[in-house]
Amino acid sequence: MNPTLNLWLIPVLPLAGAAINGFLGKKSSRRAVTAIALFFSGAAFAMALWVALRFSSVTLPYQEFFAHWIGITGFSADFAFYLDQLSLVMLLVVTGVGFLIHIYSVGYMWDDPSYYRFFSYLNLFMFFMLTLVLANNYLLMFIGWEGVGLASYLLIGFWFTKDSAASAGKKAFIVNRIGDFGFLIALFLLIKHFGSLNFKQVFNSVGHLTAGTESEALLTAIGILLMVGACGKSAQIPLYVWLPDAMEGPTPVSALIHAATMVTAGVYMVSRSHLIFERAPMALMVVAVIGTLTAFFAATIGIAQTDIKKVLAYSTISQLGYMFMACGVGAFSAGIFHLMTHAFFKGLLFLGAGSVIHAVGGEQDMRKMGGLKSYIPWTFLTMSIATLAIAGIPPLAGFWSKDEILWKAYQVSPVYWGIGVVTAFITSFYMFRLWYMTFFGDYHGAHVDEHGHGSHGHDAHGHGEPHESPMVMLAPLMILALLSLVGGFVGWGNHFEHFLAPVFGTGEPAAEAASGITEKLLMGVSVLVALAGWGLALLLYYQRPELPQKVSDALGGFYQAVVHKYYVDELYTVLFVKPLVDGSTRILWQGVDRKIIDAAVNDSADGARHVSDEVRQMQSGNIRSYAAWIAAGSTVVIAFMIWMWTEAR
Amino acid sequence: MSLHLILFLAFGAVCVGGAINLLAQRHPINSALSLIAVMAALAGEYLLLGAEFVAAVQVIVYAGAIMVLFVFVIMLLNAGEEEETRGSRVAFLLGVPGMLTASVLMAWVVLRHSGTESVPIGALPGHPGDIAQLLFHDFLLPFEVTSVLILIAIMGAVVLASKPESATGKAD
Amino acid sequence: MVPSYVPLSYYLLLSGFLFACGVVGFLIKRNIITIFMSIELMLNGVNLSFVAFAAHWHALAGQVFVFFVMVVAAAETAVGLAIIIAVYRTRETLNVDQVNLLKL
Repeated sequence: MNPTLNLWLIPVLPLAGAAINGFLGKKSSRRAVTAIALFFSGAAFAMALWVALRFSSVTLPYQEFFAHWIGITGFSADFAFYLDQLSLVMLLVVTGVGFLIHIYSVGYMWDDPSYYRFFSYLNLFMFFMLTLVLANNYLLMFIGWEGVGLASYLLIGFWFTKDSAASAGKKAFIVNRIGDFGFLIALFLLIKHFGSLNFKQVFNSVGHLTAGTESEALLTAIGILLMVGACGKSAQIPLYVWLPDAMEGPTPVSALIHAATMVTAGVYMVSRSHLIFERAPMALMVVAVIGTLTAFFAATIGIAQTDIKKVLAYSTISQLGYMFMACGVGAFSAGIFHLMTHAFFKGLLFLGAGSVIHAVGGEQDMRKMGGLKSYIPWTFLTMSIATLAIAGIPPLAGFWSKDEILWKAYQVSPVYWGIGVVTAFITSFYMFRLWYMTFFGDYHGAHVDEHGHGSHGHDAHGHGEPHESPMVMLAPLMILALLSLVGGFVGWGNHFEHFLAPVFGTGEPAAEAASGITEKLLMGVSVLVALAGWGLALLLYYQRPELPQKVSDALGGFYQAVVHKYYVDELYTVLFVKPLVDGSTRILWQGVDRKIIDAAVNDSADGARHVSDEVRQMQSGNIRSYAAWIAAGSTVVIAFMIWMWTEAR
Repeated sequence: MSLHLILFLAFGAVCVGGAINLLAQRHPINSALSLIAVMAALAGEYLLLGAEFVAAVQVIVYAGAIMVLFVFVIMLLNAGEEEETRGSRVAFLLGVPGMLTASVLMAWVVLRHSGTESVPIGALPGHPGDIAQLLFHDFLLPFEVTSVLILIAIMGAVVLASKPESATGKAD
Repeated sequence: MVPSYVPLSYYLLLSGFLFACGVVGFLIKRNIITIFMSIELMLNGVNLSFVAFAAHWHALAGQVFVFFVMVVAAAETAVGLAIIIAVYRTRETLNVDQVNLLKL
């Protein structure tokens, strides 16, 4: 007998929190809103921990069923949850990091007038993300998929009175939509050929497919379409353009949604569908190629950015590329491993950046920072740990996961490995660049001297010297820093891989047997590369700060292109946005809406009026014309009657 | 050539002539007089058909009362010759041709259908006694209703035609 | 060869002719009293038709109906002429084209 784990509580608790805060939050005090938000997200985390503890006592994969949803001949989908090792990892990451960010947001958003709305949206996001992760069929997962897109839109455009924020929200949603279109077509193909979207049934059917070009073509198509959906949600080429704009949202949002959880939904989905991908090598290669290219491409853009959050955004895109590279070479558990460590250190980086921004009174341009390490020591310490982690310096978490990916990539093709290594170098470089520009040197920022160290007002107005954040913001930073330090050790001895083995199978590329020397060698190369990046950053941004200007001048046009993100946004505008908007204006609005629909309505009204004008002439008040009409009418009737009479004879 | 036919044609000619004259005259009094002629001729037709009571009533009521009323009103209002006003194009364009079409159609029907039926002279004697039998037995209700109708008509005519009261409330 | 009896159709044709004259008179005359007289002409035509059919089918009810038609014509004439007098008092004209206040 399988004991019930009451999985349903995990998503529903944040939903309750969202509803309470959403409907009642406006009239409640800040404390009440905080209590509700923290209680429900904390409860979800506690439930996740409890499930983890009971994990070994249930048979896996564990499914929990609530209600029938769609039941028609040929297709059915249910509201049901699915738990296996993969789901458990995602569950813990989402609820854990989510809860920490909730705590952080209490401090960060304290002075915001829409405090309650923020937490309502944040809880709503948790609900959808957890639905996505726990779903047992693609359709329920799609609900979560769309829902997190919605929550992302709401949170990016949280300060919706700002034009740029509202536009960024729109951009995110629309670009995601394009990816969702691919996802939907993949779902339709699944329904058509396998008659179900339930994971178990689909994967069983896929397993039973006879090998052949036809089934492989089908699976390749499905795989590529799923990847299109993942590109939208996880910001890969060519649908990554929304993520840098999404930095318009509050920093906790960037941390939670655009670093730790939502953007990883694509990776989760691809990993969950690994059986499909494994039988369609072409699709897998597409995944790997997109991932690798994106990783490299985004990293190069990150070098030249001056906004601290934009650097982190491009870094996120790049790291997601790594995860897809891992999936693409078949190393799904490595990808998930990196997903987990990335959640730790990227979440920490964003929260730390938020702390820095808070400290300097709202400034996000790194050129106006500098020398902050003496002002905000705790933030400095935690961000340093995160920087070391993401650069891949052992023994922090990022090293283990990134190295795992590179090793597995090498086993498939040295090309992937090569690009990955170069990207690692660039990653290390731009992260330490950020580190040096923000924390070292002299403070270039505004020193608005108020009366001593007056009020600790928030953002936008300068308030004396940079100051450390309150404990409520620092505590999550410290916890995440701890996780970044030790989180990588689960990868030791391939523990993580063995843990996920029931999900992914042990058929991962190449045997571990004669790998000893090569693996150690490659590990060494990774470390060297990371240190080299550090060294370069040290040189350019600490020791000889006049050099970067000379280098960028020497590179001239190419540098400008990089700074302007290779003009990709402009390209999209010209290729897609402008034609669509113009077409919509000219054809749909002026042509169809005005000339056809409005005209139809107006003209029918006009027509009625004209007809009535004509007919009105009959009411002339003239008796003789009335009589004439009567005579004419009666003539017709008489003629008709005569005709009827002759017919009858 | 029976007497019946000759008499019919004679009376018929008077009818036709009177009707056309009614249309042709410009002064209403002339039209009224030709209408009286038509009614008188019609009374003759009724006699030919044997409807003696109806013929009598026609002369007494129609020609003797109604037409007299008409003549009174014409004299009262001092109606003059008709003016030439173009009132309604429709009447000329649609009404007259329409009516003529209808009458042609009806004539065609009549001629096609009733070829050999004939009505002998005095075919149905309408003795007052027999008519009274019908009137007071089978058609009693319509009879009573028409008497109410006449009553209402009298009242209406009196009200409508009475002189309006002057502002001071004095009767002239 | 003139028939020596009178066919029913002759009566009906005469009746129809009288009726048509009545309608045409209604349409082309401008004096309202003349129009009224055209109505009377129409009614007379119809009366002839009734009596002719009554004779043809030996149904005395036809003649009774003529009786009723005359009664109604009398009532209608009385009221109609009263209205004409009333209209003449206000409009000072018997020309029907000038009594057109009910136009839209």
